[in-house]
Amino acid sequence: MKVEGLTLKRNRSFGRARGFPKGQDSFLRSRELTKKEFHPQEWLIHQMLRVAGFSSILIIGLIFIFLFKEAVLFFTTAHPLSLIGTWDYDAWEEKNIFKVMWQAASVVPKYSLIPLICGSFLVAVPATLIAALFGIGGAVYLSEIASARTRETLKPTLELLAGIPSVVMGFFMLAVAASLIQDIFHTKFRLNAFVGALGVAVLTIPVVMTIAEDAMRAVPRELRDASYALGATRWQTILGTVIPAAVSGISAAVILGFGRALGETMVVVMATGNAALVTGNVFSSVRTMTANIAAELGAVAQGSEHYYALFLVGAFLFTVTFFLNFVAEMVLNKMRSRLRM
Amino acid sequence: MEYVKPAVLFKRSMVALGPYQEEEKPVENDMTGKSQLDLTELKKRSENFQNPFVKIKARNLSVYYGQTAALSNVSMEIRKQAVTALIGPSGCGKSTFLRTLNRMNDTIPGTRVTGKVFIDNINIYDPDINVVALRRMVGMVFQKSNPFPKSIVDNAAYGLRLHGIRDRDVLEEKVEESLRKAALWDEVKDRLHSSALELSGGQQQRLCIARALAVDPEILLMDEPASALDPISTAKIEELIHALKKDYTIVIVTHNMQQAARVSDYTAFFLLGEMVEYDHTQKIFEVPKDKRTEDYITGRFG
Repeated sequence: MKVEGLTLKRNRSFGRARGFPKGQDSFLRSRELTKKEFHPQEWLIHQMLRVAGFSSILIIGLIFIFLFKEAVLFFTTAHPLSLIGTWDYDAWEEKNIFKVMWQAASVVPKYSLIPLICGSFLVAVPATLIAALFGIGGAVYLSEIASARTRETLKPTLELLAGIPSVVMGFFMLAVAASLIQDIFHTKFRLNAFVGALGVAVLTIPVVMTIAEDAMRAVPRELRDASYALGATRWQTILGTVIPAAVSGISAAVILGFGRALGETMVVVMATGNAALVTGNVFSSVRTMTANIAAELGAVAQGSEHYYALFLVGAFLFTVTFFLNFVAEMVLNKMRSRLRM
Repeated sequence: MEYVKPAVLFKRSMVALGPYQEEEKPVENDMTGKSQLDLTELKKRSENFQNPFVKIKARNLSVYYGQTAALSNVSMEIRKQAVTALIGPSGCGKSTFLRTLNRMNDTIPGTRVTGKVFIDNINIYDPDINVVALRRMVGMVFQKSNPFPKSIVDNAAYGLRLHGIRDRDVLEEKVEESLRKAALWDEVKDRLHSSALELSGGQQQRLCIARALAVDPEILLMDEPASALDPISTAKIEELIHALKKDYTIVIVTHNMQQAARVSDYTAFFLLGEMVEYDHTQKIFEVPKDKRTEDYITGRFG
């Protein structure tokens, strides 16, 4: 008994000493595990990438601040009501009337935003409608109907369309398409909002189509399978399953397209006639906010009331497009979370 | 119903059929939903032998994805109003076989099917078959529960609406009936108009079953319907399969051999695109004839 106990004890201590080191060894090992290492080159790369990542936010923030700082200075000399209209003597009527117009270089300068907003919407709304029609149609075709090979040729071609310089598009609309459109619709003015809208639509179609197609391709295959398995035809599946599931993405595509159309400048400078009229007629000449800035900012004295007025227009435009992009992003996020099953 | 051994059935059918020879012809993807021929003409084209207990008959069925054969030369008969389980390791062709039964493979580009599948003695790979009507007759439940991002009612009524049923009363009645059949009615009757995505995984899968049942199919194909579910939901699905057996012919693909043993009457073992053995479930699990079946059943591979 005694001997057995002794051998057992001895064996145990022997085993611990060889197989399971206690004390200093394991303590050192645990310190090694918790020791933090510092790699300067990794830290540098990390910080550089962080700067690259945050720079876009920084740049947007700075643009925002600069734009609004300049825009606010407009109100130091002008009345806020002048953004709607200005009282001025009218030689024709032979009395003072409330003039809703943009005549920045007149004796009594008038800075009404109404004709510019009218112009912008008269171009952007028809352009978005046309782009939505072709963009969504094309997206359905690309994602649901076209064979893989057709898609592979068609998609790069469309992205090429997005790469057309807008000045080339504007020149084409001005020189070629405008006369054609006048012949077809017998419009009073050769250059009008509709001509500009067509040009803008061509540039907006790829934006709408790409985003709408992405949205439709994000619809899981399981949903299509479920629809087919219930005896749906391809059209029933597209209309009953794919489009309803992707409707948020498609609307986001249209909203982003609208933002793009609103911000388009070169085509509208060249093809819309540049007359700041308050009108609801798409076949009349108009001047958009963007075209107004592009046309006048080069010829204005820095620090003048007119200069600040143009910044105000810019700030307004920036706010509208920022808001549109924000809404589109929210809608897209909503769709992504809804389709995550 | 009179009990006939599958082997006897098979022999009987072979006697009646004689040697089977058929030209191989790829099937076009026809999604137009139009059929030019009537039933009698289609029946004339098919075999004139009909076993009253057999619902589905596959003859020399092969499926190719591009150049690779996913299924080679499978011939089997599936019994009416019974549960037939398809087991086998991943990539053995059991899901492919299941998808040939309602021609879901047509939706995958580059798929080629040779051989024939008869449902009620009509070759569903006849070029004149209306795929839409076929899929209405052969419902399918998928591995991943895939309700549409719509309300529960809209999900259950989707198939009915597809087939032109607009009458509110009929729709309501059918929806309730199918949800009851799928043992889901009591759980959802108070929130029929809330989104189907708010349901639990098991409820979603039962909704998918209800959705398939709503269009009055005769055959129900289930592709691992419980593989993503917890044990309680799985038990509910299995109970449901038992209950549905009396009205429908059910073919179920499963990875889970215990599940196959629990729910099915017949079991087919697939390996490398071939059907190795097909018999009563009990026989397959107790006295398998083929060495490979035995190895798989006892867990030596797979």
